[in-house]
Amino acid sequence: MSEVNGKRTIELKNKPRIIATSSLVGSKEGKGLYGKYFHKVVEDDKMDKATFEKAEREMLQEVIDMANQKLEENGNAINMLIGGDLLNQNISMSFTAREMHLPLLGVYSACSTMSESLAIGAIMVDGGYMENIACATVSHFSSAERQYRFPLEQGTQRPPVSQWTVTGAGCCVLGKGTNEPKIVRITIGEVVDFGIADANNMGAAMAPAAMTTLMHYFEDTKTSPDDFDLILTGDLGILGSGILRELMADRNFPLGDNYKDCGATIYEGLPNCYQGGSGAGCSASVFSSYIYKMLTTKKIKKMLFVATGALLSTTSTQQGETIPAIAHLIELEA
Amino acid sequence: MKISQNNYIEFVEKKSPNTKEVWSLIKAFVVGGIICMVGQLLMEIYQDTFWMFTEVQIASAVSGTLIFIGATLTGLGFYDQLGAFAGAGSMVPITGFANSVVSPALEFKSEGMIYGLASKMFIIAGPIIVYGVIGSGLVGLVYYFIYMWG
Repeated sequence: MSEVNGKRTIELKNKPRIIATSSLVGSKEGKGLYGKYFHKVVEDDKMDKATFEKAEREMLQEVIDMANQKLEENGNAINMLIGGDLLNQNISMSFTAREMHLPLLGVYSACSTMSESLAIGAIMVDGGYMENIACATVSHFSSAERQYRFPLEQGTQRPPVSQWTVTGAGCCVLGKGTNEPKIVRITIGEVVDFGIADANNMGAAMAPAAMTTLMHYFEDTKTSPDDFDLILTGDLGILGSGILRELMADRNFPLGDNYKDCGATIYEGLPNCYQGGSGAGCSASVFSSYIYKMLTTKKIKKMLFVATGALLSTTSTQQGETIPAIAHLIELEA
Repeated sequence: MKISQNNYIEFVEKKSPNTKEVWSLIKAFVVGGIICMVGQLLMEIYQDTFWMFTEVQIASAVSGTLIFIGATLTGLGFYDQLGAFAGAGSMVPITGFANSVVSPALEFKSEGMIYGLASKMFIIAGPIIVYGVIGSGLVGLVYYFIYMWG
């Protein structure tokens, strides 16, 4: 029987494993730091479709198909879907699933959707209820822009604190496995709002949520940041990850060189990306490509994956509300 | 300093990078100036070519031409790049107004000709028109009373 460490950290006794992953990104992401590690880079971010929403669905479909192919090589198949996206009412996930005839749990947790999906999936595998669960998320720069900001051709300037929504998708399949990377513990995050109302500055809005979840985890498990090869946050960006470092140092749990952020690094070396990447596809694509490879090759043996999400909507922003944020933590071992 | 919920906003404001004001102003000034120079050039060409038209008619033709240029550059995908560089320099002139109408029209075409293109066309320009009309009405009213009593 799995148990709770401290107040809220769930320790999984049967250690569900990530038995296969797949990732797909747009051309801009393909030119970034993790370019050669993504399973597929598409040049046309409209994927030959009529709308960007259809293109986003196609990306999600492709990563799920790619992961399923890897399972089929061993005579297995995906049995269940968990995941989501950023579009209103989670349409990318639901619409993709309508042809797949598999049980679906649609999850919305903004940019932390991947870690929430992994948490739910891992608990289901750990409990022995289901195997080969595909956790998949997607985001698309062009569909997100039109929902959250301005039309693409609108001639506006982005504020320097802004981030760039990643065009990409990632899929992780959870199963019993044998020697693949395993999920050891999970800390479900709480909603944290430190009063940031600027919807452009999501890194600053989400950093306190990451701090809160990390502090709960360290207290529950009596560990410290130095116990891990890697602590990876989702899309705090350059500004947000700097803020998280200060928040953690302030609480006597300073993060060292083992701390990285997917959003802050995904566009490394590219011009005009401001604070870096964001979006449900950001941490998902980086985690299921480069990070998974580092785990399977044992270059990383013990890590924390803490994807963060800003739980705002365009309505809440226009009504002047501050931004609630959340972070879910997954502890992995190679 | 212990960073908590109470002093977080101050802390973030200090950490956040600001817009480079001087550089932004120079870019906006130069690009905005060039757009106005093009307008002036058109004005003079039109005055020489269409000598039979009045000054008001010529001014309308110049505005029309600039709107056409702004709309075309938006459709070709150049105006957003210009806007990212120049900011208010390309947003304030009438070409920017054209851009703010054409860009949502292009973007929301996928939701149909009525609820997409036609209704979303004014999501950015709409407020400018509404408050522009109200503002000019109020100014006109003030002017009327001053004139009547003065």
